[in-house]
Amino acid sequence: MTAPDLSADVVVIGAGGAGMYAAIEAVRCGARQVLLLDRSLIGRGGATVMAQMTVAAATPDRHGDNAEHHLRDTLAAGRGLCDPRLAALLCEAGVECILEMDAWKVGWARDGTALRKVQAPGHDRPRCVYVDVLNTGPAVSKALRAQVQRVPEIRRIGDLLVTDILVEDGEAAGVVGLDIPRGCAVTIAAPAVIIATGGLTRLYARNSASANMGGDGYGLALRAGAELQDMEFVQFFPIGHLAPRLIGMDPIMWDPFRYKLGGRLLNARGEDFLARHDSAEQSGRYTTTRDVATQSILEEVAAGRGSPSGGAWLSFRHVPEAKLREAFGPVIDRLAANGIDLTRQDVEVTPIAHYHMGGIRATPRMETAVPGLFAAGEAVGGANGANRLSGNAITEALAFGREAGRSAAARAASVPSRTALGSAAAARDLVEAQGRPGGNPAAAVEALQQVMTRDVGPMRASSGLARAEAELAAMAAALDEAPPGVPAPHDMARIDWFDLRQCLPVAQAVVQAALARTESRGAHQRTDHAETDPTWQVNQVQRLAGGALALAKVAA
Amino acid sequence: MTGTATLLIQRGAAGEAPREERFDVPFAPGQSVLDGLRWIRAHADASLAIRYACINANACKECMLLVDGRTVYACTTRLEAREMRLRPLANKPLVRDLVTLIAPPDERL
Ligand SMILES: Cc1cc2nc3c(=O)[nH]c(=O)nc-3n(C[C@H](O)[C@H](O)[C@H](O)COP(=O)(O)OP(=O)(O)OC[C@H]3O[C@@H](n4cnc5c(N)ncnc54)[C@H](O)[C@@H]3O)c2cc1C
Ligand code: FES
Repeated sequence: MTAPDLSADVVVIGAGGAGMYAAIEAVRCGARQVLLLDRSLIGRGGATVMAQMTVAAATPDRHGDNAEHHLRDTLAAGRGLCDPRLAALLCEAGVECILEMDAWKVGWARDGTALRKVQAPGHDRPRCVYVDVLNTGPAVSKALRAQVQRVPEIRRIGDLLVTDILVEDGEAAGVVGLDIPRGCAVTIAAPAVIIATGGLTRLYARNSASANMGGDGYGLALRAGAELQDMEFVQFFPIGHLAPRLIGMDPIMWDPFRYKLGGRLLNARGEDFLARHDSAEQSGRYTTTRDVATQSILEEVAAGRGSPSGGAWLSFRHVPEAKLREAFGPVIDRLAANGIDLTRQDVEVTPIAHYHMGGIRATPRMETAVPGLFAAGEAVGGANGANRLSGNAITEALAFGREAGRSAAARAASVPSRTALGSAAAARDLVEAQGRPGGNPAAAVEALQQVMTRDVGPMRASSGLARAEAELAAMAAALDEAPPGVPAPHDMARIDWFDLRQCLPVAQAVVQAALARTESRGAHQRTDHAETDPTWQVNQVQRLAGGALALAKVAA
Repeated sequence: MTGTATLLIQRGAAGEAPREERFDVPFAPGQSVLDGLRWIRAHADASLAIRYACINANACKECMLLVDGRTVYACTTRLEAREMRLRPLANKPLVRDLVTLIAPPDERL
């Protein structure tokens, strides 16, 4: 038996939008002690702080919007695979969270007193609020951080990498983590644990999010006995920056440009090809959903009409300089510092991994299959089905975070925290284990990214997927049983080893589900099964059974 | 134009005598200092301690260090085809190599 180093009513893993909202709500619902953990800095390490664009919420407005309209668009974008209960929670609770964020002075852009809204692709009317200029994510993070800091019942702990969830008698009992600056193990007891670790974009070589998005939460959930769903649906952001190399710019920076100014996507012959792939798209307008845009670019490349670096050209040369400057003054200067003049020069873009529709299977109360274990935010699968509307992810993070906080507080009110943990020893021993020195786990992470990028991108086929399956299995078999070397302060090689331990089964889950789904739908396009097959309107659910991934189909 | 950037990096954990190590990194224009550091970890020495999350976006604020004595973000500073001297921040407690304790005291263990 291990006495915990720390105890709490609720432990939240991940301090992004979902985790911070969950912590605040848990205390409002009666939790007396909440630990908010993050492997990085609080409120800075994930995707939330990086978001630039907009947040979808059907707040009452002059466009006659309501949650039902938003839900209809969300379900349509999800191509028949959304869990309608989760989608409804996103659309309904999302409105309240967006208004509460307003009260918390996030600073949504306004027209007079009304929230200013723009219409993003796939939405039937202007529905998306934002914070100027390209400041949505930082503003959301900052407002939540300020609220979190005002709640004395929340203790914030950064630089703590959670490596395992403790399960005792079939119920969540706490977590074990690596205290990164010291290199030692930390055991935390809590009757309610919330996984709010975000997505898995780091599995791909080109991605939009942070290095912390390695799918940790999915790995933690699998090992704890929870289920994943829809893992084959990785959203690619169609126009990620490809070339020339830019520094100090977010790779998804072009979206707002295209959005506000109507940039044109051109192939090597200078043809504006989107119209050919999407009859609704008019030149320079921005209406094509992400899955169709991604597929269109990759088809141009496959047909030999790609740009020199293997993407598409994005052109603003038709936009007058004054207009560019008016819309994006400071960004135009930063581009100039990188030697880019958009009035004379096109840039190259390509689809990059951006968001995960799949994730932990949860009820509308954010409960997983393991009592006491909850999930929130991008870590949850199901709300967005096979394709997510832009703007839905931040709303999802906030709404699901709030719900998870409520459920976790209710659980903590009836189940006491354990004073001794029988399951902690093995997880602690692993954090402090002595492994074979040497090896290069940083290179192994890159190798995994190469496999996923080559064979498990938005366009897949059974041959590539089978090759990826075999290579990932070999990597899993080659992974040492303990992290390299001895425990040491901020040991990156040991951290990489723990990351690989989470990434590998998560990557394998994506491949297994992608191989099994012999059709094309939304973000999952099989070049060997190009049609959408109505009999595949099912969700795929995965769990670990006897150490192996087991996959089942359930009706959507 | 390609070439080599030479990074002279301070190594060592708190309490150890700091030493300088030299790494030659293949260089292409437009790369950042962080690109160089990540290249070292994947190709030369995985034990090099650095910290970063957002890689490109200047959002996480984790990658601060000293380049030739100036405080900069590694992800927004250009790598150059010359010798560049990298040190951990001088005004924060050293953890190891280029990593210092930057989390506010009430946000860490
Ligand atoms: C560049 C970019 C732009 C975007 N723009 C938009 C937009 O305009 N609108 C929109 O709606 N959505 C956007 N998204 C998506 C949206 O930002 C995310 O889906 C959402 O913020 C996820 O929030 P979250 O709280 O679930 O996770 P995150 O904000 O990613 O937070 C997860 C946290 O968990 C921590 N963590 C992970 N693993 C561990 C572990 N093992 N132990 C401890 N901590 C851990 C991470 O460090 C991180 O801080 C964008 C995403 C990116 C990357
Ligand atoms: S890596 Fe995030 S600011 Fe430099």
